[in-house]
Amino acid sequence: MQTLFDALSLGSLYALGALGIALIFGVMRLVNFAHGDVISFSIFGLLWPSVDAVAIVFAGELPWFLLIPFVLAMGAGLSVLSEIIVFRRFRRANPATMMIASFALGFVIRYFLLMLFSSRPKSISLLPALSQPVEILGARIPLLQVITIAATIAILFALTAFLKRTRFGLEMRAAAENFTMARMLGVRANRVIMGAFALSGALAAAIGLILAAQTGTVDIQMGASVMLMAFIATVIGGLGSLPGAVLAGFLLGAASVVMQTVLPIDARPFRDAFVYGAVILVLIFRPQGLIAARGTKERV
Amino acid sequence: MSQLSADKLSVAFAGLKALSDVDLTITPGLITGLIGPNGAGKTTLVNVLTGFQTPTGGAVSLDTASAKLNLSGLKPYEIRRRGIARTFQGGRLFRDLAVIDNLEVTGVGLGQSRSKARAEAAAMLDWIGIGALQNRIAGTLPYTDERRVAIGRALIGKPDYILLDEPAAGMSGPEAADLAALIRRIAAEIGCGVLLIEHNVGLVLSLCDHIVVLDSGVVIETGVPASIRVSEKVRHAYMGTAAETNLPVLEVLA
Repeated sequence: MQTLFDALSLGSLYALGALGIALIFGVMRLVNFAHGDVISFSIFGLLWPSVDAVAIVFAGELPWFLLIPFVLAMGAGLSVLSEIIVFRRFRRANPATMMIASFALGFVIRYFLLMLFSSRPKSISLLPALSQPVEILGARIPLLQVITIAATIAILFALTAFLKRTRFGLEMRAAAENFTMARMLGVRANRVIMGAFALSGALAAAIGLILAAQTGTVDIQMGASVMLMAFIATVIGGLGSLPGAVLAGFLLGAASVVMQTVLPIDARPFRDAFVYGAVILVLIFRPQGLIAARGTKERV
Repeated sequence: MSQLSADKLSVAFAGLKALSDVDLTITPGLITGLIGPNGAGKTTLVNVLTGFQTPTGGAVSLDTASAKLNLSGLKPYEIRRRGIARTFQGGRLFRDLAVIDNLEVTGVGLGQSRSKARAEAAAMLDWIGIGALQNRIAGTLPYTDERRVAIGRALIGKPDYILLDEPAAGMSGPEAADLAALIRRIAAEIGCGVLLIEHNVGLVLSLCDHIVVLDSGVVIETGVPASIRVSEKVRHAYMGTAAETNLPVLEVLA
């Protein structure tokens, strides 16, 4: 039971991260390596600049229903800003150029945080009420884990409904599949791209919030490890495929947790190597990803 | 009188002349055929008319009851919003989207509200006779249905002109006949001016009111089907490249 919840909650993080990457890849063919730094930034946005070991949370007194939107807005804002300031200029560049630009942007964000906060991890207590355990079927599960899973599922449903039911969602799905064609049909390209960045940034912020609440620490590298796994999830899910990204995110989370429990003690430190090994196997047998996105070829 | 016209259009790619001084007129309610051997410049001409390609010379203009608009330099969606729609070779639908979404997003792109776009999309699928397909994922459709959806997508917003790029490619005889009936209805019932590019010359001769023959980027003949059928120049253009052209062409022309 505990293992199942661990797997689901880790999978949730990866799935949310993968979704954020896949959304942007879908509309712009950009693998945004700055995504991890958006995760960190949205949490640091809650803090006063300081080099202390204990974070000074200026927004920490906010009740949760203000705190959460605040963090999400922080992520969305940074993400949209990065599209306006950086990626818009690379619209016509090839994917490799855009990827390098995203690395550069990631460094800028990370070093900006480094300047203000130093590289020292800080302890933070966000939403402390959530670390209480709850009993589910005899197992004691931290409330936060339950909420993480529930929130992820809620986000997935909300996102699906948004993409299916709204006009903007329709435009986004069309643009994600074939941007050139959507544009020819008069779909408002800039709005769709900004929307994708805003959503992606909000998802990144949600991850940041969960991570900070879970671990009780924040550090400027915190987004990087999630980003790496999330990126791998988007690749094995089939780049650009949103359901694929989510599925692969959960699978990766499950694989990590399962390996943590079934591997012999001596092999556990190398858990990630086994996970990556499994990833390689998947890619050998399904190089197009688990759920291939059909619109990845473009031609005018 | 309303018409869409190309006036001395030229396109050159790095020295290669894809089109030279091409004149063409499309009139609402009439079907104009555009034929010619492979590489004659037919698709290039459609690309120029719809803003996908900038001409190196000449102009495209749209005459309406009230004004004469110069379309040169407009973007594809701006031209689409002025009532000139097109299809693409191979359909090029959004393959992950449902059939109705493909039409709906076009309406939305034209600036309609989502509910209006959805209603028009459903009505259009019924009009074409494929209403039953509306919830199918476009990528799973058989070839002929895919083509009909692509035509439906182009008809959203009731354009005054529709340019069909090889809509019958790969279709069997009966399938092409169904398509021909649909194209007639587009001209007669919606009142579109149709430009039909086809390799199936038999289809073009039976369907069109007026035919333009292009060879190596130059208009070599224009006229009604009966005169194209007996034209020496047209026969020569096709004979010259018979190796790459479908043989039925020759049978029809002979």
